[in-house]
Amino acid sequence: MAATTQLLINDSAIKRNQMVRRLGRAGLWLNPVFSYFFLWAPIVILVLFSFNESRSVASFTGFTLKWYNNILNNVMGAERAFSTEIMLNAFRNSLFVGSVATLIATVLGTMIALAMARGRFPGKGLIDGLLFLPVVIPEITQAISLAIFFKVAFDWIAVISGERIFPGFHTIIMAHVTFNISYVAIVVRARLADMDPQLEEAAKDLGANPWRAFWRVTFPLILPGVISGALLAFTLSLDDFVITFFTSGVGTSTLPVFVYGLLKLTVTPEVNAISTIMMVLSTLLIGISLAMQGRNSSRA
Amino acid sequence: MSHRLRRLQKNGSLLALPTVAWLVIFFVLPLLIVLVVSFMSRGRGGVGQMPFTPEHYERTFGVFFIILQRSIGLAALTTIVCLLVGYPLAFFIATRRRRLVQQISLFLVILPFWTNFLIRTYAWRILLGEEGTINGILTGLGLVSEPLSLLNTQFAVLVGLVYGFLPFMALPIFASVERFNFRYVDAAHDLGANDVRTFLRVVLPLTLPGVLAGCALVFIPSVGAFVTPDLLGGTKGLMIGNLINKQFGGSGNMPLGSALSIVMMALVMISLLVYVFANRRDARA
Repeated sequence: MAATTQLLINDSAIKRNQMVRRLGRAGLWLNPVFSYFFLWAPIVILVLFSFNESRSVASFTGFTLKWYNNILNNVMGAERAFSTEIMLNAFRNSLFVGSVATLIATVLGTMIALAMARGRFPGKGLIDGLLFLPVVIPEITQAISLAIFFKVAFDWIAVISGERIFPGFHTIIMAHVTFNISYVAIVVRARLADMDPQLEEAAKDLGANPWRAFWRVTFPLILPGVISGALLAFTLSLDDFVITFFTSGVGTSTLPVFVYGLLKLTVTPEVNAISTIMMVLSTLLIGISLAMQGRNSSRA
Repeated sequence: MSHRLRRLQKNGSLLALPTVAWLVIFFVLPLLIVLVVSFMSRGRGGVGQMPFTPEHYERTFGVFFIILQRSIGLAALTTIVCLLVGYPLAFFIATRRRRLVQQISLFLVILPFWTNFLIRTYAWRILLGEEGTINGILTGLGLVSEPLSLLNTQFAVLVGLVYGFLPFMALPIFASVERFNFRYVDAAHDLGANDVRTFLRVVLPLTLPGVLAGCALVFIPSVGAFVTPDLLGGTKGLMIGNLINKQFGGSGNMPLGSALSIVMMALVMISLLVYVFANRRDARA
């Protein structure tokens, strides 16, 4: 009798286990299906309705390219907040800010990465924290702290020198450099960690001075890391909205700041078309930079 | 040797100096200024002026406490949903046997995030609006007679945040699961553990570092979100980020914005400490 009960319990336990396993399997298949749908549906819908004949985003009535045509030919729907000229100008601003900020951040980020990897000085833990914080702090906090900082600094300069400085490209660039340094440093440090420091020692033993040893041995070896870091910085710079929004002045809006102005207004097919173009551009840009990164790392 | 060491030491710190100086001027100093301004009174044009006052912190934990609560609640909920969706997703990707399939399924998670955050968020306005796609489908099928108000709600913000930060959860977990040795599962089964027990006692603890990192990476930007509630939340979905933004407009109050900002940073620091503490405990266990 006892043995039979035991068997029955075992039997139901096995059945329960099998059910759990089947549920788990189903979940493991259903979850990705749902997740991929969730991740892709908004993008597909956005692109789809940029080609929609009617202005509605509730149903697709037919294919058209007229919204793209409107963007390129300066025609905009009811809101009139748009002009092709302003958009292209914002795009140029983005490229300019991105290039300058990337250049400065790459130099500064590479320097600190080298110092941290090779230097022997106290306070490294503190510097680690200093490099880590800009990555984790919410963008809005960094944005308003820079906005207040520039305001206070420019007020003081006005009092001392009598000349008033207004926010513009310089403030955006300084802000972008600040958040980019950490990312460059992280990427270059990873590269340095893979490198054998004895190579530099060997160069020095062979009579190269530290300067020469750096440019002839270390720099070529870390160059792929430096390039990846620079590409990452450039991408982040082109993509940034929040910090730019708080540090830009009149006439220096970057593309994301310009796009934000449009998105805030309402949903229009032209905005969908602009979004689609931006999506294609940024995907291309990142794809190219990743491909270059891949080539660099496979070559080294 | 000793003079060489000394030179290295000198070189090293000199090399660090420009970057450290830059970060002190443009990162540390601005934060200190925010801290000081947060205790100042509101002057004309919303700027800070003397005397010092704690009133902005009183308001932050007084009238604005509900928004603080909402921000933490939404961020916590976002983290939980991301975990519930992201863990199985990461598990699925990590357990694909064929390398190509795995790379494609990973790529499909990452690719949408090459799009600008603003545009990804805007896409949800198309979907959730009164005359949006979801309402269009629902009324078209006759499931609802009146369009649902989905946009400008806390629900919309939650969806937007989950959408924005899901990869931050899935990717670290993926890295953890990929390192996990599945022989432990066989071992646990051989020792008589059922699937649930095996998961809870073997798989989960060993992939916990990824889970913890994912939670930190989702919670921190969620609590500080500005774009998502701004584009999807309306007044009902207002979060601290929006409240801070408002203090820098025409009728703003910079000291109040600064105080809110300091409180937000404190929240971030607390969550980082929780993360570090949990990670250390996990590493010791």
